[in-house]
Amino acid sequence: MFRLIKRYWQTINRPSTYYSLGFLTLGGFIAGVVFWGAFNTALEMTSTEAFCTGCHEMHDNTFAELKTTIHYSNRSGVRAICSDCHVPHNWTDKIARKMQASKEVWAKVFGTVNTREKFQDKRLELAEHEWRRFKANNSLECRNCHSFESMDFTRQSPRAQNAHQRFLVTGEKTCIDCHKGIAHELPNMTQAMRDQQLRDARPK
Amino acid sequence: MRSLTMFIAFISVSLFVFSQAAPAQPVIPAEPFHDAMRGTTPIDEEAKPPLIAPTENKDVIRGRAYAQQPPTIPHKIDGYQLDKDANRCLACHARSRAADSGAVPVGISHYLTRDDLTLGSLSPRRYFCTQCHVPQADAKPLVGNTFTDVEDVRVAPGPSAPQSPGKK
Repeated sequence: MFRLIKRYWQTINRPSTYYSLGFLTLGGFIAGVVFWGAFNTALEMTSTEAFCTGCHEMHDNTFAELKTTIHYSNRSGVRAICSDCHVPHNWTDKIARKMQASKEVWAKVFGTVNTREKFQDKRLELAEHEWRRFKANNSLECRNCHSFESMDFTRQSPRAQNAHQRFLVTGEKTCIDCHKGIAHELPNMTQAMRDQQLRDARPK
Repeated sequence: MRSLTMFIAFISVSLFVFSQAAPAQPVIPAEPFHDAMRGTTPIDEEAKPPLIAPTENKDVIRGRAYAQQPPTIPHKIDGYQLDKDANRCLACHARSRAADSGAVPVGISHYLTRDDLTLGSLSPRRYFCTQCHVPQADAKPLVGNTFTDVEDVRVAPGPSAPQSPGKK
């Protein structure tokens, strides 16, 4: 038994003494392709709607709320799925977000929001995370679909024209500053306002 | 024996009843069935609903039909959240936001409690905006309405002959 392990260890420790360099290079390349493909496929699998709504926390709270909004049901049938807004499309940012998401797995395992009541209590905190993320990346996930260059103000209502002209064109505000609660219910906004004031007052 | 007596009694009673009051024939109306909501669709069929009238979204403040009428909303409010957590209307119409948004700020009457005490913030009884303020659509009224504002009533007819008593 020990000799068998020793023999394999020797092979693994110095493979080039047992296998040809060409085999190792080619084998390494093929193994890399297979590994990378599998990794990416698995990664993409975790960004599907079926995966996100696989747990009841998402299915009964956030997904149920999404269904009544224009991002799920509208005249042209173009819709957003969870990852369109909540997973960055850029690869580096995506990996960073996926690593953060390990905390969500933790929350799932320990049932942090496993009832509607717990979710409601946690809603403000969760929403503030997402608002901060959108604010920091200039609402990138909105802009992936809602391109500013293609936005025809003349086809908007007077109110929207004014607001976009004043705040969006000047860059004074970003999408999420005004368009909160468009896909899910809003948390306690009075508390959210207080939190914001506290953050603004804090020295940077 | 007893049941036979009962049977005869029943027959004679029913004969008497039917001979006295013949069942009234249903009167078929001359014109087809018509209902303000259903149109001419028979009761046992499902009516095809009319198109949803688009909400007026012109952002032009409308006149009021009478004094103290709550002003109507001149824009769409689809999907606006209005519950204990959030009030989407106040995101623009709160007095603190009005300068930024250019919206009409909430009236000062909305800061009074039932007991006429002035609060520093919106009175809870005024919180649910859509209880009084509603958006409008260019829809055909289902029933007629001859209401006129008191001022028009006073001014419009002028000094005409008084209506004859007896007529209502």
